Amino acid sequence: MKLDYFSKKRWTGVIFLAVFIVLSIWVASYTRFDLSRGLGSFVKAFNWTISSFYPDSASLVRLPAILIKLRETIFMAIASTTIASVFALFFALSGSKVTQVNSFLSIVSRGIASFSRNIPVVAWAMILLFSFGQSSLTGFLALFVATFGFLTRAFIESIDEVGHEPVEALKASGGNYFHIVFQAVLPMSLSQIISWILYMIETNIRSATLLGILTGTGIGFLFDLYYKTFNYHAASLVVVVIVIAVFFIEFLSNYIRRLIL
Amino acid sequence: MQIQESIYHLWINSTKDKSVDLLAKYNERKPFNKTSFAIKITLIALLILTIYSFYTFDYKNLIIIDAVKDTLINMRTMFFGASLRNFTILEGIRQVSFTLGIAFLATLTGGISAFFLGLLAAQNLSTKLVSNVVKGFVSFVRAVPTVLWVLIFAVSIGLGSTAAVVGLTFHSFGYLLKAFSESFEELDHGVIEALTACGANWWQIVFQAVVPSSLSYLLAWTFIRFEINFVEAVAVGAAAGAGGIGFELFMASARYFNIREVGAITFLILAVAIILELTSSRIKTKFIK
Repeated sequence: MKLDYFSKKRWTGVIFLAVFIVLSIWVASYTRFDLSRGLGSFVKAFNWTISSFYPDSASLVRLPAILIKLRETIFMAIASTTIASVFALFFALSGSKVTQVNSFLSIVSRGIASFSRNIPVVAWAMILLFSFGQSSLTGFLALFVATFGFLTRAFIESIDEVGHEPVEALKASGGNYFHIVFQAVLPMSLSQIISWILYMIETNIRSATLLGILTGTGIGFLFDLYYKTFNYHAASLVVVVIVIAVFFIEFLSNYIRRLIL
Repeated sequence: MQIQESIYHLWINSTKDKSVDLLAKYNERKPFNKTSFAIKITLIALLILTIYSFYTFDYKNLIIIDAVKDTLINMRTMFFGASLRNFTILEGIRQVSFTLGIAFLATLTGGISAFFLGLLAAQNLSTKLVSNVVKGFVSFVRAVPTVLWVLIFAVSIGLGSTAAVVGLTFHSFGYLLKAFSESFEELDHGVIEALTACGANWWQIVFQAVVPSSLSYLLAWTFIRFEINFVEAVAVGAAAGAGGIGFELFMASARYFNIREVGAITFLILAVAIILELTSSRIKTKFIK
């Protein structure tokens, strides 16, 4: 009996693995992915990095211009996250099962959030590009919509974690909806909410770089420009600047997180 | 009697002193809550930075009201009048599966590399030094945006699916390594000790104790990453010309200016993304937490 169990388990494992391997090979051939070329690319990319992808003294002249564009990208990330979190908070309050006004409104706000979250930020940017053109607002709005959708879901989870007990306690002692929200739900979930906002700012700096390539703004545009004109030294300087900026912001948000959580 | 009285006075005085002392202490140092202070400062800083951002934005003489109106009209045309012109729905589905394929392969390569390096990053299976070195490397990998990884690799092997998969692998690796090493660390220390006492070597500990106890976590996290990778693959297709539905989206929007086609492609992506999200949130509630 026991032997049977183990052999059965082993056979399921083997069959699962076999199906998986066949699927992987099929997908690789379908997408024309070449594993040996992929592995070889690491050596090539490493050699290329050493030979030509490093900031040289000539590229350092461009540092002020790069820093100005970096500022634009970082501000785009921060502004879109902050504004999105305000909207997301309202939608999360009406969407969460703990604080919902009624179930219809809850479904509507969850639906809007899901819609804006599941259309990728790239698609939003391509939609907004039609009328907002190559201005900072295209990236800002695209990030805003996607961040709003994501943060609504995250905030709903944080608010749900507070649970029904404090809400019931306040209701029993005669608290109205605003008492419940401002005295129980928000104070108890605020550190989580801020932690999510900080996480989203970090993510959005990378997304803003991507959007910059598409919409011609910020540091992404500058990288694309240097990259397409084969000015790899300047392009590598852009990468270095982004890495330093992301490290700095990660350090700062980890510090804040340690204080509040 | 006298003794009792003096003791009583002493007691009264001492309690009085104490209460005065406490009150004085309270008055001189009001309870300072570090957490709420940090929260306030963070919120105020974000607010100021946001307001300042709007001053520094490059508006390029944009009339915002008109642009908003235009966008709303465009969105109506896009979503209610979606149609394909440059390719058929079958071709669209093929492009979506191409993107899904890229995401699948990147998750696979990222997952395999994250598994082995995750073992080195887990503090109960590795030394502190090795763990910190691996984690430091990962935070560097994560700091560079995905699309830049793709473009960097595209220089040496050319744009296409291989560069896209390799580029996407980096962030999948970074993300999964964190998730994997944390679930490895959850293993009870006693289990490792017991196996070591029985004379098991490192690989035996890994494959007899660590992997069986964390397998469902690993698979759940891998699927969640697959969901993220689909979105990333769309983005890379658009921004780095790596093909798939993302590239079609970019062509429809930035080259052909065909709003209806953008709408149709958006619907296709939305459908896949919602299916993936529903699946992964079901997996999440079942296996994680």
